[in-house]
Amino acid sequence: MAERPVLAEALKAHGISRRGFLKYCASLTSLMALPPALAPKVAHALENAARPSVIWLSFQECTGCTESITRSHAPTIEDLIFNTVSLDYHHTLQAASGHAAEEARMKAMEEHYGKYLVIVDGSIPVGNPAYSCIAGISNLDMLKETAAGAAAIVAVGTCAAYGGIPHADPNPTGAVAVSEIIKDKPIINVPGCPPIPIVMTSVLAHFLTFGLPELDELGRPKAFFGETIHDRCYRRPFYDQGKFAEAFDDEGARLGWCLYKLGCKGPTTKSVCATVKWNDGTSFPIQSGHPCLGCTEPDFWDNGGFYKPLSMPAGDYRKLGLAAVAGGAALGVAGGAIARATKSKAAAAHETVDAHDLEKKS
Amino acid sequence: MTATLERGLNALREQIDAPVASFFTSCVSCGLCAEACIFYRETEDPKYTPIHKLELMRRIWSNEFTLLGRLKSMVGLGRKVTEQDLKDWEELVYDSCTMCGRCTMVCPVGNDLAMMIRKMREGMSGSGHAPVELIGAAERHSDYGSPMGELHPALHAQIKHAETETGIPIEMNKEGADYLVILSAGEIRDYPEVIGAMAKIFKQAGITWTISDDGFEATNVGIQLGNRDVARTLVSKVVEAAEKLKVKGIISPECGHAYQALRWEGPNLIGRSYDFEVVHIIELLDRLRAEGKLKTKGKASGKITFHDPCQINRRGGINREPRNLLNMVADDFVETEDAGTMNWCCGGGGGVGANERAADLRFKAFNRKKRQFDAVGAEKIVTMCAYCHHTLEEQLELHGDEETEVIGLAEMIGEYLDDEA
Amino acid sequence: MNNPYFDLLMWARGPGFDIALTIMVGGILLRVVEILVLGRKRDLATAKGSPVGQGVKTIFTRSFPRKGLVPFAPITYIGGYIFHIGFAIAFLFLGAHIALIDGLLGLSWPAANRAIVESATALAVIALFALLYTRITDPVRRALSTFGDYLVWLLSLLPLVLGYVAVNKLFGDPTLMMALHILSAEALMVAFPFTKLMHAVTFLMARYYNGSIQGRKGAES
Repeated sequence: MAERPVLAEALKAHGISRRGFLKYCASLTSLMALPPALAPKVAHALENAARPSVIWLSFQECTGCTESITRSHAPTIEDLIFNTVSLDYHHTLQAASGHAAEEARMKAMEEHYGKYLVIVDGSIPVGNPAYSCIAGISNLDMLKETAAGAAAIVAVGTCAAYGGIPHADPNPTGAVAVSEIIKDKPIINVPGCPPIPIVMTSVLAHFLTFGLPELDELGRPKAFFGETIHDRCYRRPFYDQGKFAEAFDDEGARLGWCLYKLGCKGPTTKSVCATVKWNDGTSFPIQSGHPCLGCTEPDFWDNGGFYKPLSMPAGDYRKLGLAAVAGGAALGVAGGAIARATKSKAAAAHETVDAHDLEKKS
Repeated sequence: MTATLERGLNALREQIDAPVASFFTSCVSCGLCAEACIFYRETEDPKYTPIHKLELMRRIWSNEFTLLGRLKSMVGLGRKVTEQDLKDWEELVYDSCTMCGRCTMVCPVGNDLAMMIRKMREGMSGSGHAPVELIGAAERHSDYGSPMGELHPALHAQIKHAETETGIPIEMNKEGADYLVILSAGEIRDYPEVIGAMAKIFKQAGITWTISDDGFEATNVGIQLGNRDVARTLVSKVVEAAEKLKVKGIISPECGHAYQALRWEGPNLIGRSYDFEVVHIIELLDRLRAEGKLKTKGKASGKITFHDPCQINRRGGINREPRNLLNMVADDFVETEDAGTMNWCCGGGGGVGANERAADLRFKAFNRKKRQFDAVGAEKIVTMCAYCHHTLEEQLELHGDEETEVIGLAEMIGEYLDDEA
Repeated sequence: MNNPYFDLLMWARGPGFDIALTIMVGGILLRVVEILVLGRKRDLATAKGSPVGQGVKTIFTRSFPRKGLVPFAPITYIGGYIFHIGFAIAFLFLGAHIALIDGLLGLSWPAANRAIVESATALAVIALFALLYTRITDPVRRALSTFGDYLVWLLSLLPLVLGYVAVNKLFGDPTLMMALHILSAEALMVAFPFTKLMHAVTFLMARYYNGSIQGRKGAES
């Protein structure tokens, strides 16, 4: 295997100045929640990183994650980072198809056994593995086979990380997350539907430079999933003041008030959407007037409705409430009837007394 | 027949209704009723907390009148009411409660505790746990027409005396009179001056009135005992006398529980509304005052204060009337602290005064009244209940005060009545 | 992968809330109907005042202390007011709670500033501790107190404290704390019909009856 060109050369080839690169490393450093002093180290590591082999497996997914990472309107540094890895298998992006494609995967696995990185987007159907096959190989088999020699796995998107939309109730395919199947490899979850491009590339950068990032209890890099959107939301002051938009077209909505009552899941959703934003830092859903759906959290699809306020119960409480009212009233009538009967019985047993009957006579 | 535990419990069951259930359901054990209670405040013994006095009735309600309590009882969790419990509670229900109703006024959730004590006494008396003195009074009243025994001769003598004194004839058993006057045994025996006073006042106002041999006794120990059968028997005598004489109304005298018994409990005891009016003497006098039919002359000198009988003011709604009247005849009328609706009980009402066992407690309770009277330094205390009158005199003396005069309001009005008008 | 805290939160918002709401609504209905079915005898005494009018009036007037009594039970009175008002503000004027009520009943009103809501919460908590202090140290209250009184105290305290902790992320995982906050509120809901918490409903009846009994006689209440 020939030594692959390192990032620095690729950057030069694309006309990116060293100043621009260092600036990028600084922002990457801060994004990864590393001390600023580490920025040169990041730069150095990136400049000298060998292009690792990456196998990208797409299972039950919508290609949204791939779209997100590739749909930069101009060649960006993130884009370039991607160019610095050796994407040996990605059936959406690679030119080869059919047997040739699968051969590429097998070759990469053989050549880089124990060192290659597996990126997964999409969930894996285990209800019936035949629901999703590639080249006649079920997703389940392909994942197991590919993961065996991987250094680590990055589960990109909520489907791979937590099952996502295919996993949503009633989960017809028996879709599960990567972590449900692979137990013996480090897995980094980069959830989101889709994830923010720079978050994906930053995680890769971290992996290339410092190895596995610190993960939270859901397997997410803490640097990007440490705080809720709510805590960093520019509309937060309105929440604190109790100012809420009640409808999408009301005065509150026009004034940019908090979208909590319109179902915003920001308070329970950890992501950097509110700070890093999307489309080169242009905006994010709340900024464009739509509540957060909570897409970086497990089961976000089944959490009681996108437009239902978080504090609102998820169930069909109205029917239940009516049933409770009716049931309670019925029980009350029954209880009251028993009590009345007790009283009637007592009244019937009442022996009319006179003043001479008030003492105990033995 | 003998009193039995079962009869008592049965009587308690009969007493539980929606108000009682809502009261027990609402209690938050805040203990504020204790702060309102004269017996707690003067002894600071927590057992005198009003709601605690009702514990046995609460248990019956909880065990037998709630679905949840029934379930609890079924699995053996509900605490039953035993003979011993009733025995233990007798002192709390009869000795340390005059049913003055101050607690009823302060309960933040609105529990009418005094009313519940009245109900609880039904269970106590039914099971043979009423004080012997009250039972004795009930027997005498049933057998001889008055809790003090046969009072006809005394009544006749006092009427005759009043006629001589005032020169106004008083016709007994007179059919078609405007009002039937009834009296409390205490008035007949100790404060008969009120008869003459009424004679003068009614003459001036042009009111005809009479007294009946069949029903002259206003008191009703059945109310204090908490026994509606006895109370019904006793109140019926008065009601029947009034119906027989076809009067327009009955004048309830200066007696607290008598007013409750006749006007508010009576119709419910006998199961029908009256065809006649029941009016308290002070209520009537104030009405006459307002109509200009009550003319007085001169005013009593010296500092005068007023003691509100609980059953007539707080639980009877007669508050402004005595003050209107007092201001006609008193030069220097001063109120004690808490006077009016929240006045403190004399400590003798609700049968407590007749209860020997409660003598010490009564004495302690009166300390508060004594302090309040001392604070205003009145020479004369006016009241409108013969039993308060009696208790005030008794307790003032026991507390070393032999100077302060106690007098009934109607009697005092009679003293200052303008005879020439 | 599942976030156990998030699952707990979702359970609390979902089945947990359904169960709690059903028990609370059904239980309150049971208790209230049970009382009303007992009924009361028609009062045959000719009314002097207005029983109905004064009954209704007393529902409101009894919210104020009787003159002169506050100094004798200052903690109970002042603590009681602060707790009730604080709890009401925290419950009724936090935006998230209004959204909940809006969803349940279709009623909505403006939310209060978080500073107000949190101050009210803190005051209510302090008041609760003061009330516990007097319940333990005052002989009358200690003698009256049952297990139920202490249970209700705890159940009233937890939602306030946990809500405060969850919103301010004081400690613990915020999602877990929010789930515990909701669960504690649900515990309060479940206990409601079976404890003295019922007073929050039946005080209306008790005060009405008190006022109407006194009002019939033309007496104050």
